[in-house]
Amino acid sequence: MPYSELMVAPMRAELASVGFEELRTAEDVDAFMSQKEGTALLILNSVCGCAAGQARPGVRKALEHSVRPDRLATVFAGQDVEAVARARGYFADIPPSSPSMVLLKDGEVIYFVPRHRIESRSADDVAADLTAAFDRYIAAPTPA
Amino acid sequence: MAPDWHPERHELHGITVVVDTRGAEIYVGRCDDMDDQRVILLDADMHKDGDDGRTKSEYVERAAQFGIWKKFDRLELAQSDVASIRRLGEV
Repeated sequence: MPYSELMVAPMRAELASVGFEELRTAEDVDAFMSQKEGTALLILNSVCGCAAGQARPGVRKALEHSVRPDRLATVFAGQDVEAVARARGYFADIPPSSPSMVLLKDGEVIYFVPRHRIESRSADDVAADLTAAFDRYIAAPTPA
Repeated sequence: MAPDWHPERHELHGITVVVDTRGAEIYVGRCDDMDDQRVILLDADMHKDGDDGRTKSEYVERAAQFGIWKKFDRLELAQSDVASIRRLGEV
């Protein structure tokens, strides 16, 4: 059963405020996934403590990096049930995990961060994982 | 480190762990609690050495990369059968 939107709203805002598009319906997910060109980061947000303590702060910090994905989107596990099911359908080989993070390039999954690589680590560790993936899979930073 | 949301539980509460046994079975699941008698896992998977052509370590390597497909909502394992417990995130 979904939590009260009153409680969840700040958890949504934490990602929306740094540019994440919220995918609330299956149609939103389809529209996002249909744009295959370039790179995208999809966050499966959740109400759990590791999303609050590590995942969202880690993502926000990672996005301060010089290399970052072209597009940012999020679905909320346990809240936007239809959207989450549709998103997971695009990654059918990957077991369900929330919170988790999917980095896409030209529509293909190139990097995945499951919950177990978030839950017992710091936000800085999560950010370091993501920025390393940005550097490795997206592009080298442009010299100043 | 993660804040301790449930201080009454074992320190691995809420953490995805690999529980290797003295036998052929190895388990991955979210630790709910443990004491000197038992380990309780939630949303857990079990692999037997050699099943699907994979050793225990090959199974764990795959689990560390992508996670697991849960087969059990809850499992209670006897500590006497357990050879080791480690965090999947540290594999």
